[in-house]
Amino acid sequence: MSKRIEINDLNCYYGKFKAVEDVSMTIQPRSVTAFIGPSGCGKSTFLRTLNRMHEVIPGAYVEGEVLLDGNNLYGAQVDPVSVRRQVGMVFQRPNPFPTMTIKDNVLAGYRLNNQRLKGSEADSLLERSLRGANLWEEVKNRLDKPGSGLSGGQQQRLCIARAIAMRPEVLLMDEPCSALDPISTLAVEDLIQELKETYTIVIVTHNMQQAARVSDETAFFNIAGTGAPGRLIEMGTTEKIFSTPDVQDTEDYITGRFG
Amino acid sequence: MTTLTTRTNPLTAGQLPRFTLVATMAGCLIAGGVIDSIALAPFDLGTTVFLGLVLFLPVMYILSRGVEGRRAAANRTATHLITGAFLLTLLPLVSLLWETLSNGVERFDVQFFTSSMRNVIGEGGGAVHAIYGTLIVTGIATIVSVPIGLMCAIYLVEYGRGALARSITFFVDVMTGIPSIVAGLFAYALMAILFGPGTINGLAGSIALSVLMIPIVVRATEELLKVVPNELREASYALGVPKWRTIIAVVLPTALSGIVSGVILAIARIIGETAPLMIAAGFTNSVNTNPTANPMMTLPVFVYDQYAHPGIDRSFYNERAWTGALTLILIVMALNLLGRLIAKRFAPKTGR
Repeated sequence: MSKRIEINDLNCYYGKFKAVEDVSMTIQPRSVTAFIGPSGCGKSTFLRTLNRMHEVIPGAYVEGEVLLDGNNLYGAQVDPVSVRRQVGMVFQRPNPFPTMTIKDNVLAGYRLNNQRLKGSEADSLLERSLRGANLWEEVKNRLDKPGSGLSGGQQQRLCIARAIAMRPEVLLMDEPCSALDPISTLAVEDLIQELKETYTIVIVTHNMQQAARVSDETAFFNIAGTGAPGRLIEMGTTEKIFSTPDVQDTEDYITGRFG
Repeated sequence: MTTLTTRTNPLTAGQLPRFTLVATMAGCLIAGGVIDSIALAPFDLGTTVFLGLVLFLPVMYILSRGVEGRRAAANRTATHLITGAFLLTLLPLVSLLWETLSNGVERFDVQFFTSSMRNVIGEGGGAVHAIYGTLIVTGIATIVSVPIGLMCAIYLVEYGRGALARSITFFVDVMTGIPSIVAGLFAYALMAILFGPGTINGLAGSIALSVLMIPIVVRATEELLKVVPNELREASYALGVPKWRTIIAVVLPTALSGIVSGVILAIARIIGETAPLMIAAGFTNSVNTNPTANPMMTLPVFVYDQYAHPGIDRSFYNERAWTGALTLILIVMALNLLGRLIAKRFAPKTGR
């Protein structure tokens, strides 16, 4: 169910602008990897290259390779749609589909792809996904109500349920807690701990305590200045990055001297 | 006015009593009436109201400036100007509705909706042929325009990049501005080329109306598709949904209620077109439900015909024209109501 990601010499562009330069790293399966760094350093851009969401933006493209258990996502004839079915994503702002009920939102990945689910199969998948996202108890009596009627934290967990219902190999999370209050954040963090038993998780966060709490490995990104591309400065176990980083910039960032 | 014993709240300002507004208005109207009858005699109600209102603005400003201060006075003047503009806009609309209703109700009877003008000279007769014609011609125009307009808007918003999309947008803008009579001539010329000169029928009318309707549908739908949040598209892509399914299953349903009202407004806009139908669909006094042969009467053309070519005893023809206009307004109103109902039905669900 979970796969190793290997990234070799990756550059990301928005048209002529090079946003991320020369990133190579390995992301371990069944673990949580956190990306930290100041705003605009390319963390989110880089994350979006891992399921080919980067190229959705007009003019954006990627050089280099991303290997999912050895298979290059950017190889010729690779269908981005099938990549995204294996690498799920949760966004910064909760974005449930406003025209759908809670139930339809969770099953959206199947419904929108026109995959038929038997009634019993759909029900068990629905319950499993919502339990997986720690939301089942709160919504089990109103599955036919619209998803947009939930609170922000519940909506974000609904989006997580929607992503894990597809049973992806990897789950990408782009600042999933930045729009949430501390209690909902805690719920999502607990969930991340549970999910890493089954999935490879990559999370972008601005909150260093959060990175320290939830992640096994941490990657620090930085930019040399405005207009310069973001680079991977240092990557290692979270413990090492937060206690004895090799690079001075990392230490400065973590101790709050900049950023 | 300064008392040394009581502390005054520095946040307060003077306030005019509530009746000032009505009293000033009445005073100004009376003053207007006096000026009107003495200086501009004879007395005329319209001139009086105009003078009164022109007088009212500065009088109220000076009063308010003296008591309430500069900001409050400016606020009042702006409020009065805006309210005035609103009433001014409403005036012709209300007057039009009232005139049509009061004149149209005369012949708003069963006969009007059951008989045509076949062999009718003078009294009696009805507009059933024109009602059928309007419904058929507008219906065909809608069936043709909505899919074309919708798909064009989807192309522009979801796929179109570069010169082609820009030029389509430009030509759609140009098309919204073409005079409707040109659309009628276009349809007439097209039918003449395809089926021989002088081919006048309901289909030609529909083609003319489609030319007018497509750009309206494109414009309305384009704006609505643009406001569908990109996050929803990304959420769908991230679930491994292909782009075309995302458009059909996520983007369109989210914008559907707005699209439906846009289409209804477009229909309301073209259902009253007269000039292109006079050229392309022609005139007739008989019921014709076949859009591919012979002229077809429509309500706007019926109204024009009754008014412009009356027979002996003009009043019968004028009454029929008014009732035809009333029927047209009622159809447009019914369409608007229907649109609102549908829009409500499809609106993105909220609530807990």
